[in-house]
Amino acid sequence: MPKILKIHNLEKTYTSGSKKLTVLNDISFEIEKGETFSIVGPSGSGKTTLLGLCAGLDKPNSGGVELCGVPLQDMNEDQRALMRNKEVGFIFQNFQLLPTLSALENVSVPLELQGAKNAAKIATDLLDKVGLTDRLHHYPSQLSGGEQQRVALARAFSNQPSILFADEPTGNLDEETGEKVIQLLFELNREAGTTLVIVTHDLDLANRTQQILRLKGGKVLTNERTV
Amino acid sequence: MAWRDGKASATRLLLFMASIILGIAAVVSIQSFSENLKENIGQQSKALMGADFIIDSRQLPNERVQGIIDSLGGSDASEVNFASMAAFPKNDDSKLVRVRGIEGQFPFYGTLDTEPISAAQEYQEKGGALVDATMMLQYDLKPGDSIKIGNLTIPILGSLKSVPGSSAISTSVAPPVLIPFRFIEKTGLLQVGSRKEYQYFFVAPETMDLDALNENLDPILDAENADLDTHKVTSQRLGRSYTNVSKFLNLVAFIALLLGCIGIASSVHIYIKEKLRAVAVLKCMGATRKQTFLIFLIQIAGMGFVGGLIGTLIGIGLQQTFPLIIQEFLPFNVEISFSISPIIMGLLLGVFMSVLFALLPLLNTWYVSPLEVLRIQEGSLIKSRRARFLTFGSVLLFIYLFSFWLLESGAYALGFVITVVVTFSILAGVAILFMKAIKRFFPKSWGFIARQSLLNLFRPNNQTMVLILAIGLGTFLISTLYFTKDMLQARTSIENGTKDPNIILMDVQTAQKEAIIPNITSKELPIIDDLPIVTMRMHSIKGVLSNTIRKDSTSRVRNWVLNNEFRATYRDSLVDSEVLSEGEWISEIELGKPTEISISSNLAQDTDVEVGDEIVFNIQGVLMNTIVGSIRTVDWGRAQMNFSIVFPKGVLENAPQFHVLTTYAPDEESSANLQRDLVKNFPNVSIIDLRQILSILEDVLDKISWVINFMAFFSILTGIIVLIGSVRTSKYQRIRESVLLRTLGANSKQILKINALEYFYLGILGSGIGVLLSLISSQLLASFVFEVNFVPSFIPFLVFLPGITALVLFIGLVNSKSVLTSPPLEVLRKEG
Repeated sequence: MPKILKIHNLEKTYTSGSKKLTVLNDISFEIEKGETFSIVGPSGSGKTTLLGLCAGLDKPNSGGVELCGVPLQDMNEDQRALMRNKEVGFIFQNFQLLPTLSALENVSVPLELQGAKNAAKIATDLLDKVGLTDRLHHYPSQLSGGEQQRVALARAFSNQPSILFADEPTGNLDEETGEKVIQLLFELNREAGTTLVIVTHDLDLANRTQQILRLKGGKVLTNERTV
Repeated sequence: MAWRDGKASATRLLLFMASIILGIAAVVSIQSFSENLKENIGQQSKALMGADFIIDSRQLPNERVQGIIDSLGGSDASEVNFASMAAFPKNDDSKLVRVRGIEGQFPFYGTLDTEPISAAQEYQEKGGALVDATMMLQYDLKPGDSIKIGNLTIPILGSLKSVPGSSAISTSVAPPVLIPFRFIEKTGLLQVGSRKEYQYFFVAPETMDLDALNENLDPILDAENADLDTHKVTSQRLGRSYTNVSKFLNLVAFIALLLGCIGIASSVHIYIKEKLRAVAVLKCMGATRKQTFLIFLIQIAGMGFVGGLIGTLIGIGLQQTFPLIIQEFLPFNVEISFSISPIIMGLLLGVFMSVLFALLPLLNTWYVSPLEVLRIQEGSLIKSRRARFLTFGSVLLFIYLFSFWLLESGAYALGFVITVVVTFSILAGVAILFMKAIKRFFPKSWGFIARQSLLNLFRPNNQTMVLILAIGLGTFLISTLYFTKDMLQARTSIENGTKDPNIILMDVQTAQKEAIIPNITSKELPIIDDLPIVTMRMHSIKGVLSNTIRKDSTSRVRNWVLNNEFRATYRDSLVDSEVLSEGEWISEIELGKPTEISISSNLAQDTDVEVGDEIVFNIQGVLMNTIVGSIRTVDWGRAQMNFSIVFPKGVLENAPQFHVLTTYAPDEESSANLQRDLVKNFPNVSIIDLRQILSILEDVLDKISWVINFMAFFSILTGIIVLIGSVRTSKYQRIRESVLLRTLGANSKQILKINALEYFYLGILGSGIGVLLSLISSQLLASFVFEVNFVPSFIPFLVFLPGITALVLFIGLVNSKSVLTSPPLEVLRKEG
């Protein structure tokens, strides 16, 4: 299978005052196209930082990230934004919906940024799939946490991404709602044939993916396929 | 705790402070300057008059007045002054001047400021003239040159820089020329009917009670058409007129402060909202409601105090520049001194205003439940309607009390509060309507960027309304001032195309008329008006003698009517500037019928007469019975000769009279040519060149509008500070939104466009509403106050609207730079 994401010798450090803090050190792994993949580890192990670097939200100090065959470290911010808009979808722990936009408008954003003409139609279909047909014109403040995360799910798939990054997608939800969202996520993912990368604390959730990368102290502890 | 928490939010608190600093600076500078003016007028009271008291009259004192002057030991100095043309043989020029013939050592207080200094002492003895310094510069005159006034030619001994009691503006139409009194006779200009004023200056012994003197003598002198003015009364009158101006400016400054306070309320609202979780945590740990409330109250009060202090210091610095701007309006030099009361006022205002306006959001800390630690519920705060009502009430009460203190009138203060509330409500109302309309009718088909930037105006915790209020109010003030200035100028200017008279010849004797007319027409200039003037006084009104009316305290007849020497004319038709409002116009008297005259509506009101009432005039010793036949509404603003009393033809033709002739000179050269000729041959004729007067008027208007624009500038500047504060306050939210968009694939250009468009909407909405409202208010002013046709100038639309929008855009974008450069991951992590 072709590799959609290649990470090699990644290093990320932050400077706080005169102190240099190494968050990620010598990280290397690869993800196959269409695979489901999870990154697990305790708090402060560098999971979210790694996800950000994989998605081109930040630049590493050294090492390389190759997404969809293109090295991200050689691109500027706008080129990376264009890449994200075409190839990447996101789901965040705290939903990250734009408060001024309705559910329908939030889902349309990635398509509208591309200048797509049929954004509303695609967004309506996706919201229908996640069971929010009757919530199209509601604003985030008028939706429950579970509903907000379903809007975020629809948005993540709206630009038909090649790879989807989910950062603790159930972190802000109760168990029951979280389970529903996860089922929906895997279902949509299967339908679209998207590569899925999940950052989570939840080992049960991680076990539902095909491969698990364990981090500790900024280093890869293990990288193994699930049974 | 207040200090510790405040330290952590120092940058944001600084911006809150900036909102009130400007308002306080404006109020303190104006207040402090007016205190200084008052003090200066008090200190220079005697120097303003040059004597302790003056008796003045428009005619040579009669026996009774002379008796009073003698009983006071005779005057210490005296003066006769009148307007006349002066010719300058050196360059063959001429100019209307006020000739002041002085006898004695006037002034007794203050000085005649001359160049050379010795000229003030020597002009009496050496028999020379002191000529207004600006006029000498204008006509290139030097000491030693001569000046011709009527039949008198004397040398100029020095230039006159200042005379006690007159300002640069008040003397700009007819600049003063001082000559020894003994030369007045030789000018040959003191003829019957010419306008003149006699003044007798007195130095009072220290024991003399000037107030008692004024009380005793003024009514007696009034009855004899004379007047007594003590230095105290004069300076009080002067003080009052300047106080009125400074009160007005103070109110404009106060509006700027109110604007700043609304900015504070809005920023504190968001600041406190973000602190609510921390307050709930404190409450969980056992802090009482009072303690948590006090933490933020102390912060806000401290911020108000520091803001007040900085504002006061800036205000005190600013007032140093005021004398430079308005010195020409003042008949004395202003010395700025240090006064404690504006400083105390500035500090108190700073603390009170910030606490008052922040009270409503501060109350949230009182009502926040410890349960909020677990979950912040939108809209669950401020349960007490009473607290809310009390806060609003206190804010209005404070505005009322402060304006009452400024205006010293309950009714005016109430009027001001109502005006402020109505203006803010209209601005807010129109803004809300506009925003709703835009949101509703904004084309859905427009691109994402245009729609997203518009929606940003409605984001949670938005400060759109405050910003539109601030920008709108500033634009409204500036545009209204601009339109008003336009109206005033339109009212006074003579259009080049029209042939309205622009040169008026006064004091033309009947015998001279026939010689002067050919002089004018030979230069191919038209005679537009030839108006006979007969001077007269009112002897009795409705059968009651003027003297009796004076003593009657219940009479509704205004005093000036009884003392005034009227200049009436006679003619058979109405002129352009008047409309018959009551009665019947009589063009010519019929034999055997009573003399029916026409009077202006303002005179009818001040004389308390109606059509059919009788007035007896004293026409230079001869009594004449008349009946009010008609009342006219006169447009006094028109630059032409208007009369309050018009006789029909056939009555006054043989009375002693002089004439006013008017003509139209197409350019300055022909005007100067005519004036030169007339001054040479008819020295007693005064020539008023309206073009010159209008240019002086324009200059005055320019200076006044400069002062008012200066105040409006404070509003705009406060608006800008509120804008910066708001941009900063919502910065984190903007960064979050932008980062999110960038995460979803938006590029820098798209984000920049969204931000720019948002500020563009704010700027165009605010300034658009401001200009629109100013258009309405100017139309109202034009219809009801100035009574002119209002043709709006394009400047506010072409300059203010785009200019202010561009300014808002610029400030917004400069302050949003970090929004564009923040790394996405960092922001998203914070959210987690």
